[in-house]
Amino acid sequence: MNMQKEWPLWEVFIRSKQGLDHKHVGSLHAADAEMAIQNARDVYTRRMEGVSIWVVESKHIHASNPDEAEAFFDPANDKVYRHPTFYEVPAEIKNM
Amino acid sequence: MELAHTTNTAAQSYSPELRELLFQYTLQLADTSLILGHRLSEWCGHGPILEQDLAMANIALDLLGETRSLYQYAAELEGQGRTEDDLAFLREAVEYRNPLLVEQPNGDFADTILRQFLFDGFHYLLLKQLQNCPDKRLAAIATKSFKEASYHLKWSSEWVIRLGDGTEESKHRIEKALDHLWRYSGELFQMTPVEQELHKAGFIPDYAQLKQQWDEHVAKVFAEATLEVPKNVFMQLGGKTGLHTEHLGYLLAELQYLQRAYPGLEW
Amino acid sequence: METIVEKSLEEQFEEKIANEIRIEPKDWMPDQYRKTLIRQISQHAHSEIVGMLPEGNWITRAPSLKRKAILLSKVQDEAGHGLYLYSAAETLGASRDQMIADLHSGKAKYSSIFNYPTLSWADIGAIGWLVDGAAIMNQVPLCRTSYGPYARAMVRVCKEESFHQRQGFEIMMTLCNGAPAQKKMAQEAFNRWWWPTLMMFGPKDEESPNTEQSMRWKIKRFTNDELRQRFVDMMVPQAEFLGLTVPDPDLKWNETKNGYDFGEVNWEEFWNVVKGNGPCNKDRIQTRVKAHEEGAWVREAALAHAQKRAQREAQKQEK
Repeated sequence: MNMQKEWPLWEVFIRSKQGLDHKHVGSLHAADAEMAIQNARDVYTRRMEGVSIWVVESKHIHASNPDEAEAFFDPANDKVYRHPTFYEVPAEIKNM
Repeated sequence: MELAHTTNTAAQSYSPELRELLFQYTLQLADTSLILGHRLSEWCGHGPILEQDLAMANIALDLLGETRSLYQYAAELEGQGRTEDDLAFLREAVEYRNPLLVEQPNGDFADTILRQFLFDGFHYLLLKQLQNCPDKRLAAIATKSFKEASYHLKWSSEWVIRLGDGTEESKHRIEKALDHLWRYSGELFQMTPVEQELHKAGFIPDYAQLKQQWDEHVAKVFAEATLEVPKNVFMQLGGKTGLHTEHLGYLLAELQYLQRAYPGLEW
Repeated sequence: METIVEKSLEEQFEEKIANEIRIEPKDWMPDQYRKTLIRQISQHAHSEIVGMLPEGNWITRAPSLKRKAILLSKVQDEAGHGLYLYSAAETLGASRDQMIADLHSGKAKYSSIFNYPTLSWADIGAIGWLVDGAAIMNQVPLCRTSYGPYARAMVRVCKEESFHQRQGFEIMMTLCNGAPAQKKMAQEAFNRWWWPTLMMFGPKDEESPNTEQSMRWKIKRFTNDELRQRFVDMMVPQAEFLGLTVPDPDLKWNETKNGYDFGEVNWEEFWNVVKGNGPCNKDRIQTRVKAHEEGAWVREAALAHAQKRAQREAQKQEK
């Protein structure tokens, strides 16, 4: 059987307060999802760092390939029109 | 520690008899969480996996926090100038009022889990009711600790299920723990004269009712854990009236060591 | 062809290091960088875990409820820190099981300081004040270390550690202002922990084989001797404040270097403890092995139960 097997690894995401996104804080081992959430509470919120916890088994995370980072992210570099400062607004116009 | 400074006008208007009863009862609750917290803290650094080491320390810390609020209040009720530490460290074994269950040694992880589970169910149900206690301080302490106890019960219930419905070995171990510890569960619900008086006065719930709910929860968890609820077991009593098992003396020898070896010093 | 590609990756890596850009788990990195990090991070994690034992030794004997709660939460923090660090090492492809096996077999090292015994309550004060003080000096620069997950773990660790040193100092202060027996206890603990604490910064620079490469890769930011000097300069005034005598006859203020001259660390003792001959090396590892072995059935049970549950749920969905 799997006598030698480690508990699976889980990634932990915590919402530190209402209104903020869940943020990755680290990982831990747990036998199941329920335990992963409880462990996350005991490990990562000992100082009231959270109001909500997400856990996902690490093997389910798919990541972009850093070797392709240039192809992936650099093109956004020249799309200055996506940023509000690209546009000129007459000084008379307030609240825009 | 803001609880310590809440003025309690009700306590001042208590009759000396009621005050004494409440003192005795608060002390009993404090002793109980102290001894169990102490036992759990023995696991620190020795848990079966890092994540559970942290979990047990958290529960021990919750219990220790509850202990301190309770001793502080007990000291005020007594009004003899004793402090929380005097009450925790400078009494004789026969003066401790914790039930026998919580002083039982940690044994293996199954023993610890089962001891915790049997206690958590009681603790959870008691605190739930005590939140409505007419004594405002006890109610406030119960309100804070109830949230913690709810988590403890969830944690220990899930572990009972995991061990019962895990491997052959884990099942064997939790059954062995059950065989050993079940006999201490009855005392939790056996009302002492102090508890009976306080129940009559409307301060604490009827434990028979708590027992019913406790039985239901235990039956539910055991069913999931594929464990049988033991029947016709002779229940050991005594802790709540000062007649302890031999284990308590050693626990106290360690707990009290510095306070006894160097009387009257600040640490 | 292949070597050219390899070189450019290496160049890119070196460029990131030079520009203080953090290296992240999936980025290309030299094998040796990966190995060095796994070794250092796992060593660091092991130190946290083994470090729970000497202090844990006093949890059940803490002299007041307040001290008991503080000590328990401190030792629990160390478990947490060990966990953060194992996690960081796992991002490099090391498994926690393997790291723990290496600790138990003696292949992996941990901080030698934890091979000394805690003989009195004052040792708890001395550890917090001195050992955590030294650990903080080592750790604060690591918050800027070049490997992202390690740096982030260290930020968390340092934030949580800030109370550890203070509680140690507070214990020492209470003892030093207390009865003669307490003051004596404090001085004795100080005598026992001072030199081993200075050893925590590692061998002298000229005898530290890994320092140079680690500095170049910005895994390490200061040399052992630099940190040791800083530590002495920081601690001597604190010891004076407490009324404790530093157990070093050669300790002397040196105006020209604006720091203290101090005696030679007993390096023979240092290497002996590193080699496994410290007073508690055997005990510490035996204790860890015992906890791990006795926990095996618990870990198996939880896994077995999770599988049963998953199977049952899968069957339910089929129906």
